[in-house]
Amino acid sequence: MFRKKNYLALGAVTLLALLILSLPPRVTARLKLAAGSLFLPLFGLANTTQQLPADLANTVLPRRELLRQIENFRTTNEVLEVQALQAAAIARENSQLRALVGWQQQVPWKLKLANVIMRDPANWWRTVQIDLGSRDGLRENLPVLTAAGLVGRVSSVGLTRSQVVLIGDPNCRVSVLVENPARDTGVISAGGLLDTALVDLTYLSGNANLKPGQNVITSGLGGVFPKGIPIGQMVDSRPVEFGLYTEARVKLAADLGALEQVWVLFP
Amino acid sequence: MNLFRTILILAAALLAVFGEATFPVLRHWLGAQVDVLPVLMVYAALYADLATISLLAVLGGLWFDALSANPFGASILPLYAVGFVIYLRRDLILRDLSFAQLVLGTLASAIVPVLTILLLLTAGKQPLLGWGSLWQWLVMTAGGAAATPLVFALFNWCDRTLGYQPRTETSFRPDREIRRGHL
Repeated sequence: MFRKKNYLALGAVTLLALLILSLPPRVTARLKLAAGSLFLPLFGLANTTQQLPADLANTVLPRRELLRQIENFRTTNEVLEVQALQAAAIARENSQLRALVGWQQQVPWKLKLANVIMRDPANWWRTVQIDLGSRDGLRENLPVLTAAGLVGRVSSVGLTRSQVVLIGDPNCRVSVLVENPARDTGVISAGGLLDTALVDLTYLSGNANLKPGQNVITSGLGGVFPKGIPIGQMVDSRPVEFGLYTEARVKLAADLGALEQVWVLFP
Repeated sequence: MNLFRTILILAAALLAVFGEATFPVLRHWLGAQVDVLPVLMVYAALYADLATISLLAVLGGLWFDALSANPFGASILPLYAVGFVIYLRRDLILRDLSFAQLVLGTLASAIVPVLTILLLLTAGKQPLLGWGSLWQWLVMTAGGAAATPLVFALFNWCDRTLGYQPRTETSFRPDREIRRGHL
């Protein structure tokens, strides 16, 4: 049954696999990106194919519908312009007050829009790839968010694409703050496997005053995520380890299952 | 060695990995993505040579890991283990029988993710595991089982239509012809 040729093949493949697995992380990251670049033509093809129905639909859209949409956008734009003016005035006031008190000035966020080009094919990780890379100024650990809330952080960067590890993956832990009078802090850890909207909030103090519906935001501790990015809302909580600390479940504000475009935050 | 079959299997592996990363329809519906690489490995183990099996394990595994958060190379050994065992026993398997293909596809789809998880845990990684993993494993197994007849039918069709067909030799030999009639 075992011939010499079989032995050789088995030995060669096993050796190769072990060799690749034992390479330094920096080398394997480069090899990963090189192997992944083989898929770039396929991504281009898939994008064109996905764009085709939308283009076809645009060509047959009636003029009346387009005019109605323009009118809606014009109204929304006016409302947003007024809100932007109010926000600018508030920011100016905030800046003056900070200067009076002697606090450090807040640096405005810089955001860059990215398209989600694929998801992790393995079921035991929660990552996506985006179409921005080091040539766009991306680096590891930059926060990634949508208009609804935090999505995750950049975990590895290639020239033209990057990997984002999403909240709920064991490799993306976020220090958070519950918006209640006690300002309880905890850590978002792994989430549910089947329901991507729910994640676990751990290391809350034993006497934390948690109620369903309370907002959860980033605490700014840890240095990766700036303070104040919305995470989601409290669903329920329970004492663990004989009341030593509390665990809770949080419903994420961002829909991780339907990510198409995300913002990369440059703090 | 039929090079066409090797190229066909590797191209299918590339497209399968790309499809799994780009089209998350099954993930939305069932909460898990089905992996077609084990099924391709079963086909390769039953119909291709050892070099093709090795190439599929190495390249397929590396392509899968390139788009995943798996450590690079973690998917090679589980795929190869399944393919190698089937290859050693393939003379004893009724490989043209649909039921045998289905059973092997099911087993391979069940075993490969388990071996990969074990390898990840051995390497000290922390994959996302829980009771939901059991459901995901069932979906992957059932999905692999469902994909097996389709993959085999597709490959057999491609082989018949596009592949090189060896010329069949007749048993007729001119030097053994018995001449009759005039001397």
